[in-house]
Amino acid sequence: MAQLALKDVTKRFGDVVAVNRINLEVEKGECFSFLGPSGCGKTTTLRMIAGFEDLDEGELSVEGKVFSSSYTRYYLPPEDRDFGMVFQAFAVWPHLNVYRNVSFPLEIRKLPKREIHERVTRALSYTGLSSKEHVFPKQLSGGEQQRIALARAIAINPKVMLLDEPLSNLDPKLREEMRFEIKDLQRKFDLTIIFVTHDQSEAMALSDRMLVMRDGVVQQVDSPLGIYENPVNDFVFSFIGLSNFVPVDIRGGEAFAKGAASAGPLHAAPEGAEGERRLACRPSEIDLLPAGAAEGVKARIERMTYLGDMVDYLASIGEHRVRIQKPRRAGSLAAGTECRLRLNRARWFDA
Amino acid sequence: METLRNKRKFGTAELLLTFSVLVLVVIVAVPVLLIIGTAFFEEGRLNLAAIAKVLGDPDTYMALWNSVKIATGTTIVSTAIGVFFAWLVARTDLPFKRTMKALFLVPFMLPSFIGALAWKILLSPRAGYISKLLMGMFGLEKCPIDIMSIGGIIMVESMYLFPFVFLQVAGALERMDPTLEESARISGARLMTITRKITLPLVMPSILAGALLVALYSLAHFGVPAILGAEKGIYNIPTKIYERIHSSGGSMAGIKVGTILSTILVVTAAIILKLQDVVLKKGQFQIIAGKSMRPTVLKLRGLKVPMLVVCIVYLAVTVVMPTVTIMLVGGLKTYGLPLALKNLSLDNYVQLFRMKLTTDAIWNSLWLSVSAAFVTMLAGTMISYVIVKMKVPGKFLLQFLGVLPFSLPGTVIALGCILTWSGRFGVNLYNSAWIIFVAYIARYMAFSIKSNSAALEQVSDSLEEASRACGATHFQTLKNIVLPLVRPGMISAFFLIFLPALRELTTSVLLYGPKSRTLGVAIYALNEDGETVMAAALATIALLIIFIGETTIRKVLNRLQRQE
Repeated sequence: MAQLALKDVTKRFGDVVAVNRINLEVEKGECFSFLGPSGCGKTTTLRMIAGFEDLDEGELSVEGKVFSSSYTRYYLPPEDRDFGMVFQAFAVWPHLNVYRNVSFPLEIRKLPKREIHERVTRALSYTGLSSKEHVFPKQLSGGEQQRIALARAIAINPKVMLLDEPLSNLDPKLREEMRFEIKDLQRKFDLTIIFVTHDQSEAMALSDRMLVMRDGVVQQVDSPLGIYENPVNDFVFSFIGLSNFVPVDIRGGEAFAKGAASAGPLHAAPEGAEGERRLACRPSEIDLLPAGAAEGVKARIERMTYLGDMVDYLASIGEHRVRIQKPRRAGSLAAGTECRLRLNRARWFDA
Repeated sequence: METLRNKRKFGTAELLLTFSVLVLVVIVAVPVLLIIGTAFFEEGRLNLAAIAKVLGDPDTYMALWNSVKIATGTTIVSTAIGVFFAWLVARTDLPFKRTMKALFLVPFMLPSFIGALAWKILLSPRAGYISKLLMGMFGLEKCPIDIMSIGGIIMVESMYLFPFVFLQVAGALERMDPTLEESARISGARLMTITRKITLPLVMPSILAGALLVALYSLAHFGVPAILGAEKGIYNIPTKIYERIHSSGGSMAGIKVGTILSTILVVTAAIILKLQDVVLKKGQFQIIAGKSMRPTVLKLRGLKVPMLVVCIVYLAVTVVMPTVTIMLVGGLKTYGLPLALKNLSLDNYVQLFRMKLTTDAIWNSLWLSVSAAFVTMLAGTMISYVIVKMKVPGKFLLQFLGVLPFSLPGTVIALGCILTWSGRFGVNLYNSAWIIFVAYIARYMAFSIKSNSAALEQVSDSLEEASRACGATHFQTLKNIVLPLVRPGMISAFFLIFLPALRELTTSVLLYGPKSRTLGVAIYALNEDGETVMAAALATIALLIIFIGETTIRKVLNRLQRQE
């Protein structure tokens, strides 16, 4: 039985369909991310799971028990769902100290004093806040405040833990650290996590599986690698990682950049394909060859930028531009150099 | 080399600083020092015995005690009303919320002494219209509600002061990060628990700040206790000061008592302001949401209509009824007649415009408020510029003198002006309108500095530096860059002063001479002379002027805002 199941879940705001028929099952102990640009409906979906928004259609159940349903008009309020939630702006209570912030949900549940103390102490030690019990949130850094929120959420042993862009208010270095801490906590407590983010690298690093959403519609559900390697459409491809798109004409089993046939073929076309298509590839999947090489498409380096260990190129094939990234130790080509490009991998989308 | 030479020259900066200090010293510091000096010293020697005698006098002692009672009562009632309506407007699905929010601020617009006049007409124990109605209905000899009592004063003051709490709390509730409450909800807490343990503690600083503001105003308030209390021998500090100075015919003995009571007022006000500062600084939690989100709203369901009715009835009773009463009574042929159509006419209004006393008063109030607002706006801009932008020695003195007027009640300012401008320094403005003009500048300087400082803080230093780097002098920079950028702050300062000055009573009642009555003073004097009907008629005209002023100003400000 799935820990969390969404069936045809739909939400409308006026005429706008914010979330359109989501179907999803999340297993116990799984870390699952919702990824998409802002306004795609990912946060609305999370808020429906939390119970802050009622759903207009569909059914939501946890451990087989219905929590919200448009069929039976049933709706369990958020305070009865036994979830933990971490918000983007931390939402730690400024008038309570660290200990009281974490003990609050346990006091609400009227647990015995000793158990409260044990659980709070454990949650604080796992989040590295043991020495800060009596400190007020104002005196703590953003990262520490977010740890309070995490400790507060795990203290109740939540059925599902909901994270709403929890790292986006932190600085980049801390963000990376916290990713691993969250992953650690998840393993230790065997948490089921729903994680909302617009940052694809965050989703990749944390999730067992993820869902890419656009305009309220689910585009793809898969493991991070599956989504990266086999995107179902050009939106998913361009949203995850860096991407190049080149419109091509396919003739005689080969794909030529539109209006730049003289530069030579870009890549072998998929079998039986004919006419206009769009070719997509990642900057790391392109090799740079000397201008005199026997293979590859003719190109010219327009711009070269050092990015630390990597070198980023902008190259032109006729009027088309592509980005290429290569390790710096492979040497570099100056702007203005003529060269050839070899595409190691191509994905095909409709023009 | 240019900069080196400039350092020694007496340039624009030094001129601004000198002028700012001069204005604040003459307008604010000297009057305050004279009050304290007069209170504590006699013939150059410290005289604490006189102070003890004044404070031991049951007459002044009672005034102190009444002030405490009225201020405490008003604060409690205003806070309760303000918090309740703020919660309704900010956190429930009350219908017509926006309109309701605007309507709850209307009492700010109405002069409270006119309200007091209306309530006296309605509920004075024997002659009030409602009193008579109640006595007739239940066959009573005495009306069960006596508005001319401490309780009545508290009730009327609260009606006009609760918006202070309302504004603060509604603002805090609306801007509060909703996830603070949502995270309590997901933690398992229900509405009552969230309200008690999360929401209330978080908005408590705002509640306290609003409550302290009410206390400050109530303590220094003249109009309501003067109209409802004085007749019955109920005095608070400001009305006692007025009574002492008037009954002694402006003699030094009366002024001496006035200065002692004033000192108490100033010290109390300073303590309250300090408390407010502490509350706001220590308690102000960062509860403002990062991104705009809809706050969680309680569904009133079955209570929706009853709550709307409560709001409407409250506004009808506290705003509409007194206003209509004033207008109707202003049309009566003689006071005491039933409010029937056959007893009403426009004769009183016609007569008002034939009376020198009233036309003078209207004219005086208009020119005094316009000119005082204009001068205070300019002076405030200059002083704010020095405080916010300039790095000069002696600035701390300016900062101190700039915030001092906040803690000076109108009565104290009036008294200080009497001491300063009655010929002691070779200038005698007493009995002329100019002493009121000077007093208004002192009284409203704080508004101007606040509004202008806020505008100046928005102007980045680099904008000025860019202008200087382009070769403009300090003066050219001020004229071409700074002034145009702070214009919105200056305009709002002008109106922040013009409107309250138009209906001012507390200060001018101590300063007016035979030819320099203001609108407020004229209404007050007519009421004192038993000319209730004429007082109501003039009050109606005052309300009309205020209403026209408010609406046109709002339109002008809106248009300016759209242009920006």
